[in-house]
Amino acid sequence: MTEKSPLTVLDRPNSFIGKSVSRAGAKRLLEGRGTFVDDMTLPRMVHVAFCRSPFAHAKFGAINSEAAKAASGIISVVTGRELAEYCTPWVGVLTHLQGLKSAPQHAIALDKACWQGEAVVAVIAETRSQAEDAVELVEIDYQELPVVADMETALDDATPVIHSDLGDNLCFQREVDIGEVDKAFADAHCVVEETFNFGRHTGVCLETRAIIADYNPSEEHLTVYLSAQAPHMMKNLYAKHFGLNEDKVRVVCKDVGGSFGIKVHTYPDEMATGALSIMLKRPVKFNADRLESFVTDIHARDHRVKARMAVSKEGKFLAIDMDDLTGIGPYSVYPRTSGIEANQVINLTGGPYTIENYRANARVVFTNKNGMCQYRAVGHPIACAVGEGLVDAAARAMDMDPVELRRRNLIPDDAYPYTYATGLVYEQLSHHQCLDKLLEMMDYDGLRREQAEYRDKGIHRGIGFASMIEVTNPSPAFYGVGGAFISSQEGCTMRLDHTGGITCTVGVTEQGQGSDAVMAQVAATAVGVPMENIRIVSGDTDVVPYGGGTWASRAAGIGGEAALRAGKALRENLLEIAAIILQADAAALDIQDGAVVDADGGTERMPLSELGRIVYFRGDTLPKDVQPELVVTRHYVPKAFPFAFTNGVEAFYVEVDVDTGFVKLLKCWVVDDCGTIINPMLVDEQIRGGVVQGIGGALYEECLYDERGQYLNATMADYLTPMAMEMPDIEVGHVETPTKDSELGAKGVGEAGTTGAPAAIMNAINDAIQPFGKHVSDMPFTPERILKALGKV
Amino acid sequence: MKAAPFDFVRATALSDVFAAFERHGDDARIVAGGQSLMPMMNMRLAAPRVLVDINHIAELNGVSETDGTLRIGALTRHQELGVNALVAEHAPLLTMASTHIAHPAIRNRGTFGGSLSHADPAAELPACAIASDAVINAVSSSRGERSIKAVDFFLGTFHTALEPDEILVSVDIPIIGAAERVAFDELARRQGDYALVGLAAKGTIEGKTFKDLRLVFFSVADRPILATETIATLEGKDYSPDTVTVAEAALEVDLQDIDSDLHTSAATKTHLARVLVGRVLAELAGEGRQ
Ligand SMILES: Cc1cc2nc3c(=O)[nH]c(=O)nc-3n(C[C@H](O)[C@H](O)[C@H](O)COP(=O)(O)OP(=O)(O)OC[C@H]3O[C@@H](n4cnc5c(N)ncnc54)[C@H](O)[C@@H]3O)c2cc1C
Repeated sequence: MTEKSPLTVLDRPNSFIGKSVSRAGAKRLLEGRGTFVDDMTLPRMVHVAFCRSPFAHAKFGAINSEAAKAASGIISVVTGRELAEYCTPWVGVLTHLQGLKSAPQHAIALDKACWQGEAVVAVIAETRSQAEDAVELVEIDYQELPVVADMETALDDATPVIHSDLGDNLCFQREVDIGEVDKAFADAHCVVEETFNFGRHTGVCLETRAIIADYNPSEEHLTVYLSAQAPHMMKNLYAKHFGLNEDKVRVVCKDVGGSFGIKVHTYPDEMATGALSIMLKRPVKFNADRLESFVTDIHARDHRVKARMAVSKEGKFLAIDMDDLTGIGPYSVYPRTSGIEANQVINLTGGPYTIENYRANARVVFTNKNGMCQYRAVGHPIACAVGEGLVDAAARAMDMDPVELRRRNLIPDDAYPYTYATGLVYEQLSHHQCLDKLLEMMDYDGLRREQAEYRDKGIHRGIGFASMIEVTNPSPAFYGVGGAFISSQEGCTMRLDHTGGITCTVGVTEQGQGSDAVMAQVAATAVGVPMENIRIVSGDTDVVPYGGGTWASRAAGIGGEAALRAGKALRENLLEIAAIILQADAAALDIQDGAVVDADGGTERMPLSELGRIVYFRGDTLPKDVQPELVVTRHYVPKAFPFAFTNGVEAFYVEVDVDTGFVKLLKCWVVDDCGTIINPMLVDEQIRGGVVQGIGGALYEECLYDERGQYLNATMADYLTPMAMEMPDIEVGHVETPTKDSELGAKGVGEAGTTGAPAAIMNAINDAIQPFGKHVSDMPFTPERILKALGKV
Repeated sequence: MKAAPFDFVRATALSDVFAAFERHGDDARIVAGGQSLMPMMNMRLAAPRVLVDINHIAELNGVSETDGTLRIGALTRHQELGVNALVAEHAPLLTMASTHIAHPAIRNRGTFGGSLSHADPAAELPACAIASDAVINAVSSSRGERSIKAVDFFLGTFHTALEPDEILVSVDIPIIGAAERVAFDELARRQGDYALVGLAAKGTIEGKTFKDLRLVFFSVADRPILATETIATLEGKDYSPDTVTVAEAALEVDLQDIDSDLHTSAATKTHLARVLVGRVLAELAGEGRQ
């Protein structure tokens, strides 16, 4: 007997898996017919604008709002104390991050503002302009308090404590010590050491945060239209903090203009908008403007990492020892906490390699700056840059080719499943395959020759690599176990309509990244219908199955598997009915291209519209004991591993103008292994978009504060995002290692590009300026920082 | 980010502008392309009560040449500066500079007169005006027309010699001579950004010898800086690496009051200015980029 590997749904005829089918919603968005929150106007809707603290840390006493209340169009002026009756405070902790602490945070500050930009008074008016006019008329008596602006001194005795009830400014600390680190360093042939700084930056969404809260007192029902990633999570939090029955809260996310992790948190001004709607018994809209976005959208990174690595004579990595410090603002952000990024940094550093001795200390401290929390590739770019920076430092110190050094230490492709020093379990990664493919794509040897030729002409080009891992498809291990109502499972409900069309409701949410398209591809394939027969509905908690939404690169892998299971179940149900109608054996039938066909030969027997017609309108013609079920629901939650790790490698080719410190990105290559590729075009663009955000962190983006905690660059002219003109070509290749935890086999890809780009750019710059014996490790790499490293200023 | 309430007056003749000034005094503000004023109003950094729109005043348009002088109307858009044949022939420095200003959408609206009146120290055109020996023509209802040399026009950040009741109507630029050359360079982190440091240059080059140079730095202080010390050291000198070194040293004097900005310290700016002067002198001397 010959053994055949079982056919999966991926092998079905007319499969759309692996095809770059176009997105159903693309034309609608291109024609400007999307529905973003700000496109919506409800009857009796009013607008809120906030007086925001001009100081990073200040007590405030008397609030005089007489003039504001008298201004034209003003409905109400509301203080934090007044609003506190409608919204309870929250504390951003998770039980599995032991020791993590934070202070209660209110929708509007009660008597003390802890960062510049914190909402202090709400002004509600007929129009946003009127609200803004009146904001200027509110008089608030502030008393400035000493500011904790520098994370390095936040824990010093001399530094004031922001929340006296907490005792100190330490939010969270975690230490890991695995193996024999001291011995490894003592035995090492070579030790490299470096301090890395990562600038604070933020995810600049094209659509700024927006919410309309519509409370209906007659039903004690709240509907919230929200630009967000996790509608079910927010539904739970609204009910909890507004004191509502959760069944009477509905969250609707229509079109979302980018999110990147920015829109997966509890924002005080959004909570205030919900509470105001309950207070005023009418719809209230809040749409952050760009200035507000810069001072209230979560920031990320802002880590200082001191790290060293021990290497043997043979170039074997023996140990890593690191200290991570990060300043997260005055509160741990709710409900995901601000401890996760540091936790990721110390979990992931060195992750692609066989390192057995590992010591790390992470400290997360409070500061009087805007809050920091999870943004695309949480912790990954930091962990990757630290690890890969040390690798290149070792290569320089030992005069070895950085590729050769990586080869000697990357976990062998046949060593899986593999458990990394920090306890991460990898199902199956493909570092060596990816690296081989990358070197071929970039013609590494040719590039090195070209680099040498240019160097002779005084032109300084550099090549930099970053091997990386990415956490995707998280199981409940991420948040659920910590007590947060953040679902790791996903569901899909599928219904055959009498037209032969299929309506799917899904828990994952569309952010502009194309998750609806991916769900449609999986559904069409699993059932056996053309793409145009599928309609996806997402984002409405009254309609869709309970799910976590979109974050941590989970939509395709988890939501996709739920859709696949639902599609298979529906197909089975359809075939069962078709067999009865056609008096055939269900096993001899299949569904292809929207019709029931003979499994053997594919001859059409009956279009699905005919099946639908009979079931819905002529049930009388079916046997009495048959009740067709043309709606099915299936769920999926990853169980075999806490996370489906993916891996990949990135390379950059750059030119450094050593007179000006300017860096030109010449080319970027990425090889990624995200398992089954559902839509190659979407996967490639996720990688490219991710790389571009990584470029932002490496070269341009930085939230600048002065020593008084004043935010300095809250405009798009002063906060530099990467723009098309500066972007290199980004060539993307793939290795496909499906996860066996699901039939679909898809892992995530949303954060891979962002993970590796900063590290690869840093290494490329350092390769370019190596002839000067200098290197850089403070991101973003501004011309000034490069000139300083070169000793020119 | 909503502007404070304001009234809007559409002027179709200069007399409408003067009438608005008369009536509203300091509360009235001219709007041309709106590319600097509107963002400032939306951020409530400016809150004029009355906006006087000059876009429909025909006489503020147009580029013409008479008797060795190129006259450029105040409403000439940055985009037009970049493509206008007369400008390219007679004032090529402006052609070169225009593509460095912001992005096409902004260049389509922003005006030459607006850029000069706004007097952003990081802007390209004020520096070019000084380098080109331009003369700025302004009109008021009570005092009529007067002409101000560009070098005397810029008094500080967003501060010019214009009186509150004056409107900038045109700019006169002596057309470029046969032996004259121009060069323009700036260091901006992204295409279209304001520069960290920029340099607009013009001069007579005989063989390799510099004469009557005008080197104007921008984005270094509260106004464009005519580098008089550097220019003096270069007068009558041949281009050579040594000349460049001497010029770089002289720059220290010209740029002693150099300002830092958000991203770049004064020391870095000084360094970058030295790099630029080397590059621009090479270009003027026909040596290409060093
Ligand atoms: C994103 C962005 C990027 C930019 N980048 C650059 C850049 O790189 N380099 C650069 O130089 N500029 C840049 N700009 C500014 C742009 O060039 C403006 O167009 C220019 O500075 C002002 O011209 P305007 O016609 O738009 O003037 P407006 O904004 O209409 O007015 C500016 C000021 O000048 C006054 N004013 C205008 N016209 C007259 C007149 N005829 N007489 C008297 N007063 C007058 C107004 O009252 C106002 O105070 C940028 C703008 C934006 C929005």
